[in-house]
Amino acid sequence: MATMSQSEVFEKVQTVLCDALGVDEDEVTPEATLFGDLNAESIDMLDIVFRLEKSFDIKISRNELFPEEVLTNPEYVQGGKVTPTGIAELRKRIPFVNLDGFAANPNVKDFANLFSVQDIVRFVETKLPK
Amino acid sequence: MRWIWIDRFLEFETGKRAVAIKNVSLAEEHLHDHFPGRPTMPNSLITEGIAQTGGLLVGEYHSFEKKVVLAKLSKAVFHFPAIPGDTLRYEAVINDINDTGAAITATAHVGDRLQAEVEMMFAHLDDPQTSQNNFEPKNFVFTLKLLGVFEVGRKPDGSRLTEPPGLVNLERVLKAIG
Repeated sequence: MATMSQSEVFEKVQTVLCDALGVDEDEVTPEATLFGDLNAESIDMLDIVFRLEKSFDIKISRNELFPEEVLTNPEYVQGGKVTPTGIAELRKRIPFVNLDGFAANPNVKDFANLFSVQDIVRFVETKLPK
Repeated sequence: MRWIWIDRFLEFETGKRAVAIKNVSLAEEHLHDHFPGRPTMPNSLITEGIAQTGGLLVGEYHSFEKKVVLAKLSKAVFHFPAIPGDTLRYEAVINDINDTGAAITATAHVGDRLQAEVEMMFAHLDDPQTSQNNFEPKNFVFTLKLLGVFEVGRKPDGSRLTEPPGLVNLERVLKAIG
């Protein structure tokens, strides 16, 4: 497969998100957040994973896109906040998400709002053949 | 009492597709008020029948070791009302399945007429707190037997789907207490 440009990846991601979340194309901007702006729910992540796998012919393992189990691990989360070890783990697990802002005030409940359309695009790019 | 909205499986290919039927009858009390003077099978219950067809297909794939719950209705389009005397034929096809859940596409037909088009997702729960009786594999196996799955079921290699060992014993127990 020929290497895909970032805009090609974005367009396909946009289609995936429109189909999975029932939103309009113009809502799916690179900056839009999945759970905040596009009203995704947790089951939608699985829908998105299935659709990304098909659309890009890639395999995505469990918790690869959304590391749910990090956020339920008492070693990584204490008192509703992600611990420094937890932040380090997240940086390792989801390098495609910019965690700098979150690290300053790492409330678990704000974590879901980090995921933007651009993050999904970056994630897909890491999965595509170079 | 069991909440069963399909009458029998006609086809059952493990991990792939299943076909079940539902006979709509005026003997069903819910049709007397839905709607007065114009009995119509509720589309919500057609969706439930489709979810049971697909849900049992998904559950059987993992030998009912995972707790399968309907998690998302991505699409549900109904073309005409089903009425008493109709036989609804539900066909569910697994599009994707993994440890976390599954996505299916399904249709309902009355004769040759397309009655409904549905897409839905199932999630696999692994919270041990939800391991109530309703999720025990034996319940599913009992239901599968009731619905004739082992008469028509096929594995991917074409061989017959057989009842899991232990069911015979279970039946003895049920008879003894029944």
